[in-house]
Amino acid sequence: MSSRDSKRSADLLGRLLGPAEPEVSCDECFEQLDRYVEIERDGRDAEAAIPGMRAHLEGCPACHEDHDSLVALLASDAASPES
Amino acid sequence: MPETSFSPAGRGADGESLEWLAALSAAGHRREDAIERLHALLLRAARFEVARRRRAVGVALDPGEVDDLATQAADDALMAVMRKLPTFRGDSRFTTWAYKFALLEAAVKVRRRAWQGREVALEDDGWARLADRAASPHEDAQTAELLGAVGRAIAEALTPHQRAVLTALTLDDVPIDVLAERLATTRGALYKTLHDARRKLRARLAEEGLEPGRATAGGTR
Ligand SMILES: [Zn+2]
Repeated sequence: MSSRDSKRSADLLGRLLGPAEPEVSCDECFEQLDRYVEIERDGRDAEAAIPGMRAHLEGCPACHEDHDSLVALLASDAASPES
Repeated sequence: MPETSFSPAGRGADGESLEWLAALSAAGHRREDAIERLHALLLRAARFEVARRRRAVGVALDPGEVDDLATQAADDALMAVMRKLPTFRGDSRFTTWAYKFALLEAAVKVRRRAWQGREVALEDDGWARLADRAASPHEDAQTAELLGAVGRAIAEALTPHQRAVLTALTLDDVPIDVLAERLATTRGALYKTLHDARRKLRARLAEEGLEPGRATAGGTR
């Protein structure tokens, strides 16, 4: 058996079954996203501050992408501060 | 610009955010000027996201379309920000808070644009492919058993609507915002359907004494 096939199957099972832990809704995720990302940037424990957020980001590709984009945009701002 | 101060119990809005709030709530020129600056900020965020998302989904857009999508996203985000302004509690910087509206509007528009003209097949038997995969000689015994059990659980434990939503979102990789548009519903409502379906599948696996934790360790990405 190839390890690539088993990785793909594990990914597939992960997508089908989602996170095992309790998670927030998409609306709650959007509500908290700015705060969550700033807590992460500060190096503090974002999961402790907003329980269920990490599980949702794992289970919801769209919210995951929105999260990553906000992280990337803030990083790009920090790299080239506005005039 | 004042240094942002942090306190463990959360923080009030920092100076720069308070200045944004005051200017946007002011009258006359001060407000108009603030709205103009806000729109420029949102447009920058929307352009950033359109460029990023376009690369991710590999959709071909000419420069005019990129501009149109970003401008529409910034316009919609400006309306959303102004509408939600009274709910801003200063849990983050105002600009971080405002950015998320522009990123969301831009991402949704690009995902929908990428699927424009593409059919979303709401077949509810896509899960049957799981059985083929479970029977593949490339699968180890434990994964094959799980795949087979999930396929059966999808067939037996889910409603037709749950099956269709689960199949579209997780097997066919239809973006949730695209599916929401086609079904005239929202991301939140569809995710709730997906979440309920996933819980039923996990419950069924538990009844069969199967433990998916090991096979999916490390999450979905
Ligand atoms: Zn979500």
